[in-house]
Amino acid sequence: MSDFLHVYNAHAFPAADCPQVDFETFRRQVVEAVAGGARLAVLTAQQAASQDSRLIAVLMGLEAERLSVLSCPVGSSYAALTPQCPAAHWFEREIAEQTGIQPAGHPWLKPIRFIPGPQGSAPLPGVADMFGMAGSEVHEVAVGPVHAGVIEPGHFRFQCHGETVYHLEILLGYQHRGVERALRGGPDRRTRHYMETLAGDTTIGHAHTWCRATEALAGTRVPARAQAIRGLAAELERLANHIGDLGALAGDVGFLPTQSYCGRIRGDVLNMTAALCGNRFGRGLLCPGGVAFDVDGPLAEELLRRLERISTDAGGAIELMFRTPSVLARMEGVGALSTETARQIGLVGPAARACGVDIDVRRDQPYSIYRFSHIPVCTWSDGDCFARAYVRWLEIQHSLTFVKEQLRSLPAGAICQPPQPLRAGQMTVAVVEGWRGQIVHLVSTDAAGRFDLYKVVDPSFYNWFGLACVLRGQQISDFPLCNKSFNLSYCGHDL
Amino acid sequence: MFDIVRTRWRQKYQTMAWPDGPPPALPARFAGRPRLAAGPVENLRDALAACPTGALDVAEGQGRLDLGKCLFCRACQQACSDGQVSFTTEHQMAARQRQDLVIRPGQDSPAPARHELAARLFSRSLKLRQVSAGGCNACEADCNVLSTLAWDMGRFGIQFVASPRHADGLLITGPVTRNMQLALRKTYDAVPGPKIVIASGACAISGGPYAGHAEQSDGCAAAVPVDLFIPGCPPHPLTILDGLLRFVGRLEERE
Repeated sequence: MSDFLHVYNAHAFPAADCPQVDFETFRRQVVEAVAGGARLAVLTAQQAASQDSRLIAVLMGLEAERLSVLSCPVGSSYAALTPQCPAAHWFEREIAEQTGIQPAGHPWLKPIRFIPGPQGSAPLPGVADMFGMAGSEVHEVAVGPVHAGVIEPGHFRFQCHGETVYHLEILLGYQHRGVERALRGGPDRRTRHYMETLAGDTTIGHAHTWCRATEALAGTRVPARAQAIRGLAAELERLANHIGDLGALAGDVGFLPTQSYCGRIRGDVLNMTAALCGNRFGRGLLCPGGVAFDVDGPLAEELLRRLERISTDAGGAIELMFRTPSVLARMEGVGALSTETARQIGLVGPAARACGVDIDVRRDQPYSIYRFSHIPVCTWSDGDCFARAYVRWLEIQHSLTFVKEQLRSLPAGAICQPPQPLRAGQMTVAVVEGWRGQIVHLVSTDAAGRFDLYKVVDPSFYNWFGLACVLRGQQISDFPLCNKSFNLSYCGHDL
Repeated sequence: MFDIVRTRWRQKYQTMAWPDGPPPALPARFAGRPRLAAGPVENLRDALAACPTGALDVAEGQGRLDLGKCLFCRACQQACSDGQVSFTTEHQMAARQRQDLVIRPGQDSPAPARHELAARLFSRSLKLRQVSAGGCNACEADCNVLSTLAWDMGRFGIQFVASPRHADGLLITGPVTRNMQLALRKTYDAVPGPKIVIASGACAISGGPYAGHAEQSDGCAAAVPVDLFIPGCPPHPLTILDGLLRFVGRLEERE
């Protein structure tokens, strides 16, 4: 018998109905549920001036198609969940950093974002205390925050003996720009831009999650045509990123043909999004209530024509890579993660599916267009770099089919329902399957209908620790390949 | 081997003809360089209230729009009752001087981007170290696109390099977070002189959507001297490449 409130994806409920139990009950029920196969989607602390702080947990997979919410009051310290529930590891570090509430007994309690203090008092990510290894032949390799390529900043510290990596510690926070803090008290005229830039390559994913959360809080119904166009945009985003990443993976193993072709094809997919709304990343396409741009007959024809070309070119470029023995030899068995570990640390998205974890929000907590048009879930069992690449290729093929179907059968009707103001004292959890995995926004409104809680969990937040895990026992020269096979977001994590 | 050659044949030649031929077609819904028409400032009231970053404001009795702050979201265009603010599909926007990014009514020609020193030293070879300092990674993504074979920036001698020691300058994206200030400074110091700095995207120029946040520095100009400003959120690859080519004098400035 548990006290969880089970709610559908992006359904609003009165914030007062969020069940509150004492801490011991909260801890026991969350730990037992996760041990029983549920997944920890959110663990956060809410501090409000008018009331005591509370812990809020959101679980997935406890009840079919629903999300399970539970909360408890918390003082300045509590017994950490991480020792029994490793998936809470990163969340509890975040709680300690953001609120000062101490998860006592946490095995490795240090900041995850190194949020600067008033006088810059906090240490920088790269100069903080790090997990170390002792021994006369042990050496450390420090990489970043400025890397060799055109990529975001992060610091990686490898503990090595010879070429073998014994431990990798990942230190982030260089992209921390205060978005979550600025969201509180909203919505305002910047909210949309914060959402679209939480992670620039996931503009549609985060904007979609935000739209669904605010529509739930306002009680807005989205027209069918808008839902189809949103699905179209979401799958185009998945296509662009998966195709680009497969090209980059080819580059990292020195197979230049696929790298060259996929880089260009990715651009063609981005240009399809630009044909929808003018922006290659989909800025301004989604709005609360629907979408801001329609797809008329000639545009749908044009997009279908381009998609045929993209299907042929991407198929040729990517199958070439998977037919080449030297590529397979570099990817197979490198950076492997077991299904068990993937479950324990709470991996999400294609990285989890590549470990045989059969999860996909589009099927498990269906929303929007995916309630009507199903996309098969692609898994692979090996959990290595090959599996992470191959799952992407399988997803590309299903997304191509989906986009073609949608373009041929767009429902008639309006594209936007004028949004109403947010209702006061409501709470909702919106979850969307972004191209990296599940995106969760936990939102509640105060008595004036303003956000008093806006918790963003980017898929990278769940998966960075997975990258650290796969490096154990690998050659240090395999890091770029392993890193690219995950391709996690720094800005989506740092917020 | 035969497989690779056959795939190469099927993928065809994909590098664009521009700048010798026509530029790649931009979509009809693209928000490029905005223009302001003269009109009563009272009619701008709703547009001013809609602008998320204060890019649009009123000075000396007329509206003005700062491309360095603009997110190209067109909220002003939708809110403006009499069409004083509109967005063209014109890609050319980069400017040598910060103040040249501010557009006033009737001012429709793009600002100069040519840099005399860069044109003399770097017109045939410009190596850039990209520094990502906050932001959302969209600017970085559209810089990376320039190295793909569709754009092939290398044909102009322009390349992103791994080490600041090998670079002629920096291309900075992001608002420069507090946590990146030291790393940016060290990277800048590591570039041998004479060196240039390019600020690409609204964040790097003004802080973009994060302007005013205590966690960042409202752009990179506070930390390093900037020689070229490329507006956009993110700038279209064509805007970036056009700006770089004008900067080093490879494209004639429009009369």
